[in-house]
Amino acid sequence: MSILVNKDTKIIVQGLTGKTGTFHTEQALEYYGTKMVAGVHPKKGGETWGSVEGSAQLPIFASVGDAKEATGADASVIYVPPAGAGAAIIEAIDAEIPFIVCITEGIPVADMVKVKRRLEKSNSRLLGPNCPGILTPEECKIGIMPGSIFKKGSVGVVSRSGTLTYEAVFQTSNAGLGQTTAVGIGGDPVKGTEFIDVLEMFLADDETQSIIMIGEIGGSAEEEAAQFIKDEAKKGRSKPMAGFIAGRTAPPGRTMGHAGAVISGGKGGAEDKIAAMEDAGIKVSPSPAKLGETLLEVLKG
Amino acid sequence: MNIHEYQAKAVLKEFGAPVAEGVAIFSADEAEAAAKSLPGPLWVVKSQIHAGGRGKGKFKELPADAKGGVRLAFSLDEVTAHAKEMLGNTLVTKQTGDAGKVVNRLYIEDGADIERELYLSILVDRTVGRPAFVVSTEGGMDIEAVAEETPEKIITLPIDPDTGVTDDDVAKLCDALELDGVAREDGKTLFPILHKAFVEKDMALLEVNPLIVMKDGRLRVLDAKVSFDGNALFRHDDIMALRDETEEDAKEIEASKYDLAYVALDGDIGCMVNGAGLAMATMDIIKLYGAEPANFLDVGGGASKEKVTAAFKIITSDPNVKGILVNIFGGIMRCDVIAEGVIAAVQEVGLQVPLVVRLEGTNVELGKKIINESGLNVIAADDLDDAAQKIVKAVKGGA
Repeated sequence: MSILVNKDTKIIVQGLTGKTGTFHTEQALEYYGTKMVAGVHPKKGGETWGSVEGSAQLPIFASVGDAKEATGADASVIYVPPAGAGAAIIEAIDAEIPFIVCITEGIPVADMVKVKRRLEKSNSRLLGPNCPGILTPEECKIGIMPGSIFKKGSVGVVSRSGTLTYEAVFQTSNAGLGQTTAVGIGGDPVKGTEFIDVLEMFLADDETQSIIMIGEIGGSAEEEAAQFIKDEAKKGRSKPMAGFIAGRTAPPGRTMGHAGAVISGGKGGAEDKIAAMEDAGIKVSPSPAKLGETLLEVLKG
Repeated sequence: MNIHEYQAKAVLKEFGAPVAEGVAIFSADEAEAAAKSLPGPLWVVKSQIHAGGRGKGKFKELPADAKGGVRLAFSLDEVTAHAKEMLGNTLVTKQTGDAGKVVNRLYIEDGADIERELYLSILVDRTVGRPAFVVSTEGGMDIEAVAEETPEKIITLPIDPDTGVTDDDVAKLCDALELDGVAREDGKTLFPILHKAFVEKDMALLEVNPLIVMKDGRLRVLDAKVSFDGNALFRHDDIMALRDETEEDAKEIEASKYDLAYVALDGDIGCMVNGAGLAMATMDIIKLYGAEPANFLDVGGGASKEKVTAAFKIITSDPNVKGILVNIFGGIMRCDVIAEGVIAAVQEVGLQVPLVVRLEGTNVELGKKIINESGLNVIAADDLDDAAQKIVKAVKGGA
């Protein structure tokens, strides 16, 4: 099994006609035939999108609602530029798309506050924004993760950072373990899916036999996730876990690239997060280069 | 983006918040006229730098017993005397670091009769994804110390974005700050005003410390610290105009022109990485092997050859840099683009320090080939661990 997406997931693209949307849609179509079914553009409804090589074509609809009705899509991926991305997510929520993935980086926090409120009143799940997306090996790729480093297997990967997700995937592939699903939850302070949501799904998924969780400075999501893991373990639900926290050397008060990666008011530092994760039984690797190795050690007991 | 106190107060005044009258000055000649335009007989002369702790701060150039960065003046002569002593000198506070910050601007403000000092701030509470008021009766002091010693005296109240500040919210804030009478009436107008300013101007932080209750019972914003969401500045030209580049690192300003996320640090190994998480992790691993990073630099997902060249130039412009580590895990970013950018930059600015390059991901073979065939003195690394060890060894060995 996998979580959230599989070979049957049907995906529409908001922002398909731009350069980024086009490139990554081509990549997705090439990745085990991920079911990209349509694009959305308010002014280009009725037109057809063609890949650069010209071999693939997708219909374009004027709205998410139209696209969903015509294709039966159950997911949407958003490549809309930051100024309009918040509105694009809300359009997908209003169209009752069950799973929305927003790749866009740089959305104003105030826009995400509005999105979050709308999500609370809906049945949709949002992944991101400012995330690399989600990938289930050999089945479905939504977003921008490089498919070539994946291998079907048993590790669930969840991360706030895109490129560190790739490190974890690459290392677990090299270690022969492979992945069930890799989920990038994104680097923004206000987002849809949190660590806890993904960890719950990995714990419930039979094929996921171990988990890698990668956090970074800022906020308290890692501490909350660690508490969740601790509480679940008391109920007898647990899986071997390894982790990493980026930003041990980050100075306080400075935003480190990701809008959410900032130590403020003495809170959100790496050491507190590492301590909370270790306390919950998650083996935290001191080096981002030893995630696979650390997980193998945990698995050997 | 941060702005100065006097600018923050002007923004809040637009929304109707009660602030004292004041005038910003850039030279001591302007001090007397500025003070004369205010009612008196008490004035406050405040250093305008992007750092807190100004009152307790010390000027580097003045004797140790000289007054700090925020001073009271009881006459026009005293205003001018303070201005002469403060302008052009370097203020060192808890937040500036040892280097301190040169005071180029002062704010001359009308004095106030203070009865009580309170704390109020608004920021986005990440756990609920909503703006939240943080208030305390313990104002005028370091709020982090209050949080440490008496956390029960800090109250957090998230605001529903659909409703804004409700009557119920106002009552809770007034109760938390122990406001009654005239002050409570003032609170009813002030709290919604501050929330409106926070939301409409896309603020990241609005901190009023202290918010004061005056002897006549009225509320006043005595100090204001405001920073804005950098991702929302595109819709606020008025705020962009308030940017003071003298408060920022020259390399960071240059980086922002190319849309590069760059933070200057104190170490000697320059880093160029794609992705914020990997960039932080690269700094961490340099430290793990016993050296210190000179910077954080994320070239981003869709970097062009020009952007990579600019990034490389910014790194090499830092005189502390004794070695460079390029660490790329190509997802969207193609390794060949990085390789071409690095070579173009080296050809333009030369290479005086060791350079270790680790490439992985999309088009990795092509990227490695371009580097190998360039004839440049580049140390290739197999993985992140190998890369970090090699650059640390190269820098330490050369010292």
